[in-house]
Amino acid sequence: MKNGTFVRHAMTHIFIIALGLFMIYPVAWMIVSSFKPNNLIFSDPGLIPQTVTFENYVTGWKGYAGTSFGTFFTNSLLMCAVAIVGNLISCSMAAYAFARLKFAGKGFWFAVMMATLMLPGHVTLVPRYIMFNTFGWVGTYLPILVPKFLATDAFFVFLLVQFMRSLPKEIEEAAIIDGCSKVGVFLRVIIPLASPALVTTALFTFLWTWDDFFNHLLYLTRPDTYTVSRALRTFVGDAGAVSNWGGALAMSTLSIVPAFILFFSLQKYFVQGITTTGLKG
Amino acid sequence: MSGIVTFFRRNAVAYMFLTPWLLGFIILTLYPMIYSLGLSFTDYDFTQPDATQFIGLGNYVKMFGSAFGLSEFTASTGEVIRVDPYYMKSLSVTFTYVFVSVPLKMIFALAVAMLMNQKLRGVPFYRAVYYIPTLLGGSIAIAVLWRKLFEKDGLVNGFLAVLGFVDLPGWITNPNYALGTLILLTVWQFGSSMIIFLAGLKQIPQEYYDAASVDGANKVRQFFAITIPLLSPVILFNLIIQIISAFQAFTQAYIIGGGKGGVLNSTLFYTLHMYIQGWTYHEMGYASAMAWVLLLIIGGFTLLVFRSSSWWVSYGVGE
Repeated sequence: MKNGTFVRHAMTHIFIIALGLFMIYPVAWMIVSSFKPNNLIFSDPGLIPQTVTFENYVTGWKGYAGTSFGTFFTNSLLMCAVAIVGNLISCSMAAYAFARLKFAGKGFWFAVMMATLMLPGHVTLVPRYIMFNTFGWVGTYLPILVPKFLATDAFFVFLLVQFMRSLPKEIEEAAIIDGCSKVGVFLRVIIPLASPALVTTALFTFLWTWDDFFNHLLYLTRPDTYTVSRALRTFVGDAGAVSNWGGALAMSTLSIVPAFILFFSLQKYFVQGITTTGLKG
Repeated sequence: MSGIVTFFRRNAVAYMFLTPWLLGFIILTLYPMIYSLGLSFTDYDFTQPDATQFIGLGNYVKMFGSAFGLSEFTASTGEVIRVDPYYMKSLSVTFTYVFVSVPLKMIFALAVAMLMNQKLRGVPFYRAVYYIPTLLGGSIAIAVLWRKLFEKDGLVNGFLAVLGFVDLPGWITNPNYALGTLILLTVWQFGSSMIIFLAGLKQIPQEYYDAASVDGANKVRQFFAITIPLLSPVILFNLIIQIISAFQAFTQAYIIGGGKGGVLNSTLFYTLHMYIQGWTYHEMGYASAMAWVLLLIIGGFTLLVFRSSSWWVSYGVGE
């Protein structure tokens, strides 16, 4: 390697690292501070704690209104699990029809599906709320979970359509010659082959449901049904005047752990999801 | 008769697969859209739905009335309605937010993507690090953290004080800066745009740059003559996604403003105002009208960007 290139690359590395450190500083500070004693959190901007304590985790975990964060985490995890199942089933079914089957009205319905991709959700918000309220669903998880079984996240339908279209036709034809029905092809051929895109779907469903706040704010009314994001918000309060900032930071740190684990273990699926459909993290 | 049977036989399986999506579209999208359009012409109050009256364009006058100096007007029902004094404010806050945060975010995303598009070691790792703010940025944890960082005695001011700055404001409590901190929070999350740009940059053949160098074009010229035109479809894609999502921003403003529009409504985002009208004051007819105007605004801007793309987006080289 030429000397000039080496110096230039070294400079680029240093610049990227410095900027990167600056960018993740707030997150790193939050994680480190959650291990500092409550009275030292804001007087110490450094990343190396002088004393390490788990006290914040103990006090934060107690939660509020007699409900611990154990309940909030369980609620969030169960909700995400059901949401993932719903999205995987409903979105892959719709995607299979759009990507691999011929039927009357296909072009029209596909255009409709693509249009809903760009539709701001706010326009359906009020009637949905009124409708779910009539069903007696406000205060339950149903308004959040039932739509997942009806493929309302068009992003995933689009992602799966793109992926399924790229699969070779021959495999499907071979299966049909062997006597496989359309349903059989879907279950035994398409689903296994589409598993990378299904992982991406599951991943983003998890993140979006975990981080979602608006729907949780609208539909979850009792503290014992709160999810982590909804609970954190009340934990901090309207005026932000909590005395237990250590506990808030500790629970905030815990709340981002699942995203971290998923991201670092399944990074390529993230990149794939983002580049094919422009999914927001 | 046999025609129907054949039609049914041909399409039944496909429509069976489509059923969940179709039901979802009709029940949770199409019907609510028509319903909310209808509601937008009424004074529907969630707590007393039986007293709902048709008020024509009343909600729309209520929204834009203050721009024409109205303070109240008489609806077709004879009822006197006060115009919304904060609607125009929420509109201007949202427009400022969109028009500042989206370009800034795209510029950062492109700059960092270009930096990483060199033959460097460790790019996947760097990409991951730069994506972390985006990964976590939508969470309540980060919004809470952000509010704490930018408080008067928060971490940011602590740093600035070390650097010798005095008389530092509370960035969130000062109405001049509150929106700025929210924009900063958004720009910080340029990760997914960056990943899309990086994928786009990798598609541009190195030969183009080599040829341009031979012809004596400097880096700046190469950027404008090669990178930007060849990347323009990706820029268009990013721009549309970012505009649509920026108009709908809610959570961070809600948390940082403490469930309200912040000091002097300096962070009263459109969606936040709509939420307050619909769910705090139960004015759901009015909230529906606001939602429809938002739909038209977003649709209008998307269309505008698409239309304008014919003169700045190029597909392929050499035309």
